[in-house]
Amino acid sequence: MQQLAITGGSEKPLLSLHDINMTFGGVKALKNVSFDVRPGEVHCLAGENGCGKSTLIKIITGVYRPADGASIEYDGETYSHMSPVTAQDRGIQVIWQDLALFPEMSVAENIAFQTVLGRWPKLVDYGRMRKIATDALKRLGITLDVDLPLKEYAIAQRQIVAIARALVGEAKLVFMDEPTASLTQSETDHLLDIVRGLSAAGVAVVFVSHRLAEVLEISSRITVLRDGALVGVYPAAGMTQSRITELMTGKTFDQQVRAKSRDDQPVVLEVKGLSRPGQFDDISLTVRRGETLGITGLLGAGRTELAQTLFGMLQPAAGAITLEGKPVHFSSNRDAIKAGVAYLSEDRLSLGLIQPQSIADNLVISSLGKIVSGGFLSDERKRKLVAGWIADLGVKIGQQGDAISTLSGGNQQRIAIAKWLATDPKLLILDAPTVGVDVGARAGIFDIVAKLAETGLAIILISDEVPEVYFNADRVLHMAQGRIVGSYDPRSVPLSEIEGAVYA
Amino acid sequence: MHSFARTHATEVALLAVIAVICTVLSFATANFFSIGNAFDLLNTSSVNIIFAVGLLVVLIAGGIDISFAVAASVVQYGTAIALGWIGGGGWISGLVIAGSIGICLGAVNALLIHRFRIISIVATISTFNIYFGLLMFFTKGVSIYDLPEWLTDRVVLFEHEMADGSWIEITLPVLVMVLCVIATWVLITRTTTGRQLYAFGDNPEGARRFGINIGAMQFIAFGWLGLMAGIGGLVQAHYAQEVVPNALYGRELDVLAAVVLGGARLGGGKGSVLGCVLGVLLIAITQNGLNLMGVSPFAFKMIVGAIILIAITLSNTSIERLLPFATQKGARR
Repeated sequence: MQQLAITGGSEKPLLSLHDINMTFGGVKALKNVSFDVRPGEVHCLAGENGCGKSTLIKIITGVYRPADGASIEYDGETYSHMSPVTAQDRGIQVIWQDLALFPEMSVAENIAFQTVLGRWPKLVDYGRMRKIATDALKRLGITLDVDLPLKEYAIAQRQIVAIARALVGEAKLVFMDEPTASLTQSETDHLLDIVRGLSAAGVAVVFVSHRLAEVLEISSRITVLRDGALVGVYPAAGMTQSRITELMTGKTFDQQVRAKSRDDQPVVLEVKGLSRPGQFDDISLTVRRGETLGITGLLGAGRTELAQTLFGMLQPAAGAITLEGKPVHFSSNRDAIKAGVAYLSEDRLSLGLIQPQSIADNLVISSLGKIVSGGFLSDERKRKLVAGWIADLGVKIGQQGDAISTLSGGNQQRIAIAKWLATDPKLLILDAPTVGVDVGARAGIFDIVAKLAETGLAIILISDEVPEVYFNADRVLHMAQGRIVGSYDPRSVPLSEIEGAVYA
Repeated sequence: MHSFARTHATEVALLAVIAVICTVLSFATANFFSIGNAFDLLNTSSVNIIFAVGLLVVLIAGGIDISFAVAASVVQYGTAIALGWIGGGGWISGLVIAGSIGICLGAVNALLIHRFRIISIVATISTFNIYFGLLMFFTKGVSIYDLPEWLTDRVVLFEHEMADGSWIEITLPVLVMVLCVIATWVLITRTTTGRQLYAFGDNPEGARRFGINIGAMQFIAFGWLGLMAGIGGLVQAHYAQEVVPNALYGRELDVLAAVVLGGARLGGGKGSVLGCVLGVLLIAITQNGLNLMGVSPFAFKMIVGAIILIAITLSNTSIERLLPFATQKGARR
């Protein structure tokens, strides 16, 4: 692998790390990593989950202390390690993925929260707080009612509040950990504009994101980590998504259109004129045996509501659903599961899996009937069923009894899929199956999806990332404002055409 | 002031419910709508309001406490004994002693929760049993009637005879209650420590990342409740003119219900002093009204329980969900 030495720009780095080593319980999390950030640049830190990105951020912000011999040069001073207080005092701010905000408190208080810090009680100066908050929002070109509790605002605005809060600390260096993970396309565009604004004002931004398209769009340089080691530092200009993926994983993924015609297969699901006021309107579609139907569109297009209606969680106001030729009416998702519909939810972590419970218990939760022996649940049957699925889907686990939360995002997603496959479905609905899953694990999940389709399962694949449905579905439907506005065959239409229509 | 209604929905809803109940009661009974009765209510509710604002602080910080009412009984005995040692004392020394013992008992809860990582409901159910067990064991269930004179003498700060011949009075418990309410309001809304308590209750992990001292938060919250329990205990002894070991047993759930009714959330980060006071008053008004209407006291608990459910449902559920037909037109595009 060739490593590019970037010598252009004689500017002295704002932050420069050398010889960073970090060990957790015998596992080397970071090996001799060096990393530098220039004043006012947007720098992307890329790598798969577990490659050491978060550890590196935590070292820079003083949460962890690196092994001896490390040097951290920041803004003219050299440290062997940072402390959270020093980092904040010197203008290093982090916007964590979970934002660490206080939803019940006002916007002003969230932004100017540092004014209420301190060991000894002081009187709160709400006027000053309001002014600090308004000024910070003004710098971002945003107006919010700073007196309202934060919970009144949606996730996109909360993200902005978190950024405003970072700015209050006279930030010179801001880390953003997956800031766009739950934003829609237009909200993301807005956020990227804000990041550009910060950069223009001289604030350096280190950006971490799984969405490589926006990484390329926003950053000037990209540092790639793999397995705790530095792969290299690359200028964003001239980079491509597939090249970054290759650097991050050390493997090449040639994305090819997998679409095939399934017109000769019997129809599994037929939907006619399905409507739910305010959510979707007059939806008609068919899915055949072995077919993967992709549905894409922006967040809020009604995709998830449609999926939940097909799964019986919501009831349609009009229209008909036919499953294998028989009309069906689901009054709850229990009916849908019985009829052979499986739904892998968008929000895997909160809805799909029960985090503190074991891998085995999560996997069998929807198919308890199969492991009953003599009227009681049989541990032996459970163990066999679980072992079978884990082998089939290639899930990497320690023990069946380990908590699901010990698995990586990709492996959790496989368990979630296995949970539904254990119910012997005829139709599998995958709603945004790769949210929070890194690029290598994504490929693994879609390999599983393709294999499942070959066994005759009908699949509906929902995603707001057009390439995902383009490369993995046999047909692609475009949903916008609750209606199907386009139908594409990936074999005859270029990706750019669908992207153009969806992101327009 | 539209934003007051928006950010203080619970308080506005409670005020509305109180207004409705007062209107109904004023028609249903002869005496309810007299100023004398209103002041009676205030005098009798003082102890519960003092307890309630203390508990509010613990709930805001994300904890819960079952032990404070029996802790107040422990304070009553401890204070009575200590006053005997110092030869009588007075209101100032009494409040200092009662407050100090209360703070110590609250600190025991904070220690268990912070140092030994016991969740607050389990820790305080344990201390509830320990405090009450110790109290019954050492007192053998015997009440104290020979309290110092200053403690049992009624202190009327203001009295006035109304035109209809009824008396309005403001007694010492009301003054103490008002001071406790103001102090708690200042603590949780006007001091940085109070805002840290809110933040800690709202998002403990976020608060930790800001470097807020988590242990200090637990000690301040449970210490404040201990202080209020101590003061409330002394005031209750004054009001009842005796110290009975199980007089406050069971009071914790009444106060907890009133505070939750007032909009505080089990889980932290939410609640206001105003809501808390209104919650206690709503329950007191209801009981008082039922009493005046001649309803059997055995039915009180049942009716109060139903009112708590109705009020909490109203403040949690938007009107649209309670009246589904009202939204049909709006939802269609």
